[in-house]
Amino acid sequence: MANYIPNTPDEVQEMLKAIGVKTVDDLFAEIPPELKLQSELNIPAGVSEVEMARELKALARENTTVDEAVCFLGGGAYDHIVPAVIDHILLRGDFFTAYTPYQPEVSQGTLQAIYEYQSLISSLTGMDQSNASMYEGASATAEAINMATAQTRRKRVLVMQTVNPEYRRVINSLCQTMGTEIVSVPFEDGTIDPGKVGELINKETAAIVIQYPNFFGTIEDIERISAMAHENGALAIVIANPIALGLLEAPGNLGADIVTGEGQPLGIPLSFGGPYLGFLAANKPLLRRMPGRIVGRTVDIDGKTGFVLTLQAREQHIRREKASSNICSNQALMALNATIYMSLMGKDGIKEVAGQSFQKAHYLKRELAEIKGLSFPFTGSFFNELVIKFPNARKILGKMAKQGIFAGIPLDNYFSGLKDHVLVAVTEKRSKGEIDRYVDMLGGLING
Amino acid sequence: MAEPLIFDLSKDGRRGYTLPELDVPEVDPADHIPARFLRKELNMPSLSEVEVVRHFTRLSRLNHSLDVGFYPLGSCTMKYNPKVNEDMARLPGFAHIHPLQPEDTVQGALKMLSKLESYLCEITGMDSMTLQPAAGAQGELTGLLIMQAYHRKNNNHKTKIIIPDSGHGTNPASCSMVGYEVVNVKSDPRGGVDMEDLKSKLTPDVAGLMITNPNTLGLFDENIGELANLIHSVDGLVYYDGANLNAIMGWTRPGDMGFDIVHLNLHKTFSTPHGGGGPGAGPVGVKSHLEAYLPNPRIQFDGKKYKVTTKCRESVGPVLASLGNFLVLVRAFAYITVNGREGLKDISTHAVLNANYMMQRLKKTYKLPYDRFCKHEFVLSGKTLGEFGVKTLDVAKRLLDFGFHAPTVYFPLIVEEAMMIEPTETESKGTLDCFMEALEMIAAEAKENAEILKQAPVKTPVRRLDEATAARKPDINYYRKPE
Amino acid sequence: MKYTKEHEWANLEGDTATVGITDYAANQLGDVVFVEMPGVGDSVGKGDTIGTIESVKTVSDLYSPLTGEIVAVNEEIESNPGLVNEDPHGKGWLIKIKLSDPKEMDDLLSEADYKAICE
Repeated sequence: MANYIPNTPDEVQEMLKAIGVKTVDDLFAEIPPELKLQSELNIPAGVSEVEMARELKALARENTTVDEAVCFLGGGAYDHIVPAVIDHILLRGDFFTAYTPYQPEVSQGTLQAIYEYQSLISSLTGMDQSNASMYEGASATAEAINMATAQTRRKRVLVMQTVNPEYRRVINSLCQTMGTEIVSVPFEDGTIDPGKVGELINKETAAIVIQYPNFFGTIEDIERISAMAHENGALAIVIANPIALGLLEAPGNLGADIVTGEGQPLGIPLSFGGPYLGFLAANKPLLRRMPGRIVGRTVDIDGKTGFVLTLQAREQHIRREKASSNICSNQALMALNATIYMSLMGKDGIKEVAGQSFQKAHYLKRELAEIKGLSFPFTGSFFNELVIKFPNARKILGKMAKQGIFAGIPLDNYFSGLKDHVLVAVTEKRSKGEIDRYVDMLGGLING
Repeated sequence: MAEPLIFDLSKDGRRGYTLPELDVPEVDPADHIPARFLRKELNMPSLSEVEVVRHFTRLSRLNHSLDVGFYPLGSCTMKYNPKVNEDMARLPGFAHIHPLQPEDTVQGALKMLSKLESYLCEITGMDSMTLQPAAGAQGELTGLLIMQAYHRKNNNHKTKIIIPDSGHGTNPASCSMVGYEVVNVKSDPRGGVDMEDLKSKLTPDVAGLMITNPNTLGLFDENIGELANLIHSVDGLVYYDGANLNAIMGWTRPGDMGFDIVHLNLHKTFSTPHGGGGPGAGPVGVKSHLEAYLPNPRIQFDGKKYKVTTKCRESVGPVLASLGNFLVLVRAFAYITVNGREGLKDISTHAVLNANYMMQRLKKTYKLPYDRFCKHEFVLSGKTLGEFGVKTLDVAKRLLDFGFHAPTVYFPLIVEEAMMIEPTETESKGTLDCFMEALEMIAAEAKENAEILKQAPVKTPVRRLDEATAARKPDINYYRKPE
Repeated sequence: MKYTKEHEWANLEGDTATVGITDYAANQLGDVVFVEMPGVGDSVGKGDTIGTIESVKTVSDLYSPLTGEIVAVNEEIESNPGLVNEDPHGKGWLIKIKLSDPKEMDDLLSEADYKAICE
């Protein structure tokens, strides 16, 4: 077995002697005998590094990767290109084996990277400030709702039904316990009719929560709906796809008060769902309601520029039961991942990733339109994700997976009324050849 | 020289990455998306690949890290992060799978998760486990949601949670997120829970007790069995904050002590890297009577295949959109597999040995408020240096000049000028000796020339920072300067 | 000048009391970085939480020592919260309350009683 314990038996003896005991058991003497484990733990004996790696590689091989199959899955996680540079930097022990930057004098690398992250996210979303990141998109959205209810001192929150259903479930489990009333706003034609919001919004409403583009890929009118929120003294929370913002107007310029979402598209591997990156940005009046960490730029006693965790008094370790959130970590390494990605892609690169994703998704749509028996149930504008409908969808998706194409997400998983509806995502990583193969295979299976 | 901000290195027109050329016929986005939703301006830096690599490499060199040296942060369990685990987390079969792939195509991943659940159940003595929570704090929240769901189901009117005054700050913050009122219970002179104080606060509306054992003083509370019985006597539940599990693996288990709910910090006990503050993972284990409340989805094996189910109606619902921080879980699985049953016990044995070895020597120089064998960590007080005008903070800053990270300071709150030291099992006697020597030299400096401590650190990339100005005029976004 | 055990002072002129935190409190808090004030026109009751005072390391609640209506808040504090540390009994004042019952002043602590609490 591998051994990460350096002390030799001789050293152990010296240490026991220094402590003044005979055996290590003496150090555990105050554990009452009836609580002491009488036998060994019932887990396998340790193995060497190479044997362990063999076991894990065998498990990994039982999965089909998106390198082996072609991935048209989205629904919150997207198969974008991840530049090689990122992982090489993440593997620097100076980053990944560091702790939270509690001693800023020896943590300037992490702190400055977070300051850069905050600035990039603020810029991308068009907001005044961002925090240092959260766990992932769904729980970050729940935190955004808690911010809004605290700020407005209201309890009613309108959540659009076109928000990712997984997010809506998490919102239900994390917010209702705070006494928040979640009201669902139904969709029509895959999008939210502002009139529907008008019917449900009132002066008790703390916030509206809308996704941009929404779960079906459709671009919602966040401008009009944000304005309706403001007319009622409520806040507008926009869940955005950060890559889409390379092509789509920043929510901050369309009336959003809080922009949150999933940072995975910013160069984070699919990783079977995590670790990902929740981002959360807001405008100035909400600065002191922001959960989690924030890094600020300042100077040291010699006048040299440096970075510190700031506004810490909001946080759980100081406010304890009065804290606005219990979060005590961020996803620093994933925030670094996104920061490297944004720096490397740069202004033109982010636009191009968004542009190519848009172009390829629209090409797919044009090609699919030729297939008899396939329809597009929703009519709104979309970015890189769309809903298609065809008979026996689940069966056909299964067949395509066997032939090496993850062709989409069956929506009856989430909406019983959407049988045979499939959500398809296309990124810049898909080639014309892969898209053509998709269309051929699907057409063949529908009409074969 | 300070490293410039990435924005100040930018030059328009530079590219750090080249995409494959667009190979489909192009359309004009303006024909498909209303103009008001098309982006007008995007402020982002533009750099070449080599500039990006150098910038972040230079930044990395400004950090202290475990790969560089000792990191004795109490309650954080800064142990060595085995390199092979990074390789395992990067196997394409784990890193390159989509969370919504067909179940047939992720059987290996589900099998790994299911095995990890059973290992963690065995280590903690619990019956069922969810791997979903993304960190310890989210684990706490999940555990409290389970507690609340249990009481609701049983029509119990419960409003309060008892927490020892030595508890982590996260505990009360988590309680208020589910609407429970926090009742603090005092510590007794031995550092354990004051049983009389506890009894006086044990009313029928107590939902439960949140405690870590060994506690934040590093001391094992021998009364834990009786404590659990008392809480159970009012139909309360006993919650184990697993921050300090590194002290007891293979020696005793929370499940055997009477705990109903446990959360673990895989980034502490199970060696997954802290990453400068995250990601972590905070699995939650429960006894069988609480299994129904665990978050959906759950992983089940039907004898042939692993399945992800969301059927349980009593569930508190998901706390994350996915099954958890999967790649963190891969690393923890690798760690448990390599160490095995004896290895895990050795870990705790050596963590406790190292801590006691340090405590015995350092108590001669610094005040030790609770003088009895500790477990994996111990708490000293810097109060005796007060006569030289020196605070614990000064000692912490001076340690940085010696190339060590500082211990956790000013926590737990019940010890004045606290210094909480946790060496972990992966440090050698030699490292511990060097560190103790530094602490002894610093105590001597305090007597002879306290100014050295107050000026410290002097050898770090920056010196003490102006936190007041940082908070008064927050400069937290390069693109929007403070007024 | 009268005091409270929450370490606030109140100074009555006519029917309006000026309120701030004491020198002792300012020292205990350390560098004050932000004060969340009540709104002008708010009705406040004695003992109500009406805001928070945030320093680098901690946050404490601001209590109304008296019953009445907020008629002014010190707007300079927003741009210069350090005034609370520099001159807590003068330029660092926080709010002015128009009292519903000026006799309430009599219930507050005298300087001597307050000093005894701090020791």
